[in-house]
Amino acid sequence: MNLRAPLQRVRGHGSAKEGVEHWWMQRLTAIALVPLTIWIVASLAFLAGASHAEMSAWIAHPGVGIFLVLLIVAVFYHAKLGMQVVIEDYVHAKAVKVTCLIANSFGAIFLAAICIYSVLKIAL
Amino acid sequence: MDQANRPLSPHLQVYRPQMTSVLSIFHRMSGAGLWLGTVVLTYWLYATALGPEQYDIAQAIFGSWIGMLALLGWSFALFYHLCNGIRHLFWDAGYGYDLDTAARSGWAVMFATLVLTVIAWGIGLSAGAGS
Repeated sequence: MNLRAPLQRVRGHGSAKEGVEHWWMQRLTAIALVPLTIWIVASLAFLAGASHAEMSAWIAHPGVGIFLVLLIVAVFYHAKLGMQVVIEDYVHAKAVKVTCLIANSFGAIFLAAICIYSVLKIAL
Repeated sequence: MDQANRPLSPHLQVYRPQMTSVLSIFHRMSGAGLWLGTVVLTYWLYATALGPEQYDIAQAIFGSWIGMLALLGWSFALFYHLCNGIRHLFWDAGYGYDLDTAARSGWAVMFATLVLTVIAWGIGLSAGAGS
């Protein structure tokens, strides 16, 4: 005898409450971050000791600014997803866990906003 | 069984550490460390946007020995997370699960992390000395 409601069976998620969205986005951002990370570390290594004018000119280059924004979105999306799993695994007290999850989401979005604002302010 | 007291994953303290398990937990530790390191990099980018004065202050902080040490740790964690992340992507695609391959890819990740960190600092230190 099947005690599951028909609707739950159709949704097919069991007790998971969601599908593979979290898992998939973590991998998608990871794939994007492989070339972006190599690019930004190599660029900043070559720019070590650069003056403000040199650094600003580099960021203001269209080919750089666009990829910096892509990097920022991918980094903070990936960081938010990763830290979320760490919190869910290790923080067991409900109130602390929810507080940490909210701080993680707000923190990642806030930092991403500062970074994108900074790139646009320099580039435009 | 009491719902609140049931065993919860992951049980790090009951297993003997192995190379693969140590690399696994270091993937999480490096990821968490990189999250925090990104706060510092956000400060640097914002300082650059504010103008030359703030930029020079930020550059002086990163150029100090404490700043360099933090950058060294951050770059090491970043390269480790990058290399081991690629290892994870291969696992996600269904490759490299047998013990020999998992051990060999683990050593390869450690070797690549060291090499990439040395290369990045070689470039950074020579570029910094030249300007």
